[in-house]
Amino acid sequence: MTIPRIVGAGLIVIGVGVGIGKIGGQAMEAIARQPEAYGKIQTAMLIAAALIEGIGFAALFATAELDG
Amino acid sequence: MLKNKKENAFFFLGYYRTFAPIFREPKNGVLRPIFLSVMQKTFLTKFLFVTALFVSIAAFATEAESNEGGEKDLKAEITDYIGHHLKDSHDFSLFSIQQNDGTKKHIGFPLPVILWDDGLKVFSSSKFHHGETVAEVDGHYYKLYHSKIYKTDADGTINYDEKHHATNAKPLDFSITKGVVMIFITGLLMFLLFRGLARSYAKNGSIPKGIGRFFEPIVLYIRDDIAISNIGEKRYKKYMPFLLTVFFFIWFLNMFGLTPLGVNVTGNIAVTTALAIVTFLLTNLTGTKDYWKHLFDPLGDSMPWYGKLPLYVILIPIEILGIFIKPFSLLIRLYANMQAGHIVVMSLIGLMFIFKSWIGSPLSFGLAFAISLIEILVALLQAYIFTMLSALYFGFASEEHDHAEAH
Repeated sequence: MTIPRIVGAGLIVIGVGVGIGKIGGQAMEAIARQPEAYGKIQTAMLIAAALIEGIGFAALFATAELDG
Repeated sequence: MLKNKKENAFFFLGYYRTFAPIFREPKNGVLRPIFLSVMQKTFLTKFLFVTALFVSIAAFATEAESNEGGEKDLKAEITDYIGHHLKDSHDFSLFSIQQNDGTKKHIGFPLPVILWDDGLKVFSSSKFHHGETVAEVDGHYYKLYHSKIYKTDADGTINYDEKHHATNAKPLDFSITKGVVMIFITGLLMFLLFRGLARSYAKNGSIPKGIGRFFEPIVLYIRDDIAISNIGEKRYKKYMPFLLTVFFFIWFLNMFGLTPLGVNVTGNIAVTTALAIVTFLLTNLTGTKDYWKHLFDPLGDSMPWYGKLPLYVILIPIEILGIFIKPFSLLIRLYANMQAGHIVVMSLIGLMFIFKSWIGSPLSFGLAFAISLIEILVALLQAYIFTMLSALYFGFASEEHDHAEAH
């Protein structure tokens, strides 16, 4: 059971990394385009990143702890 | 390979022979570096890193082979130590010293244990001797096992099921544990701090003094950029006490977690669950009519009832699930972030003992230092995210639909 779990955890981390990376990257682009909207973009970015992170952590805990 | 002492100086960079192309071959026994191009430098960096990695892995592997029993014990001990740190405990132990006779001396102080088991039982956790002995109270026997109290017989026998979980009975545990002590301290600290600030503001006519200069921008940020922008000018005021409290509570506890006190309160799922339950209750108890209407009748008058019916079979269960998923994601996020941060820092410190070579200490120190700096940011960020998302949910709940026509 260990190896599927490790692979699963790796896949989760890849997915979350791609997701948050894309959010961060696009927020950068948005800020570069409209520096005056920095605050609003940052807030929206953090919320979106936090939502993805929450799902990622939930999945990680499922891989780590379900089977006791 | 090494002819004289001067070449020894280069030995710390790795193996002399692997770096031979970079250094001019010695004529009179002295190595001279030649200037490197950028490409060579990046190559060198990668090469050095990979070499260092393999050197250390190799060193570790040989160590493990030659000394298998000891190494295994060390790894298990580090894992145990990290696991122990992550859990709440019944005594406030700061660190322990290995004495000459092999026993451990714990530095710290015991905390009161409060059990409900055929009546109230109160005793000091020093009776457990850090899980080494059985505590006897009024004819009942209790033992600490993996930071939890189990009821045992006089010998302290713990029975296991096939998955190696203890099957002994657990009394109801209301003890003042390490986490509870930290919560009390943080509560007291916040009470004194903000009461003092309120007094100083009343006295000085709304001019910040002393530490108020530090806290005023934070409070204003929470009011203007978290509460007002998410909840709205009209209704933000009744949520402000909760938002400010939860922000500073989480922030302070996160910061306490980074000190050498070794507490991990916000990384305790019970604490984050309690915080999320408060958010959940506030969201739903202060929800307006529009909020509930939006839950059970999201499409409103835009469709006849026979059109809505098949959609609502799917939509309403999702909306109801959403009520619970929102606070659930809050609690998991805070818990997992703090837990993960602590695991990473502790593991990096553990590297020092695993490597057992000169590379271990600077590597583990450097990495742990860098991660600790990130953790300071994460401590603030998680407090901010929790407050922010709570405010967002309050905003959903207290929204008064002006855009009802738009549906």
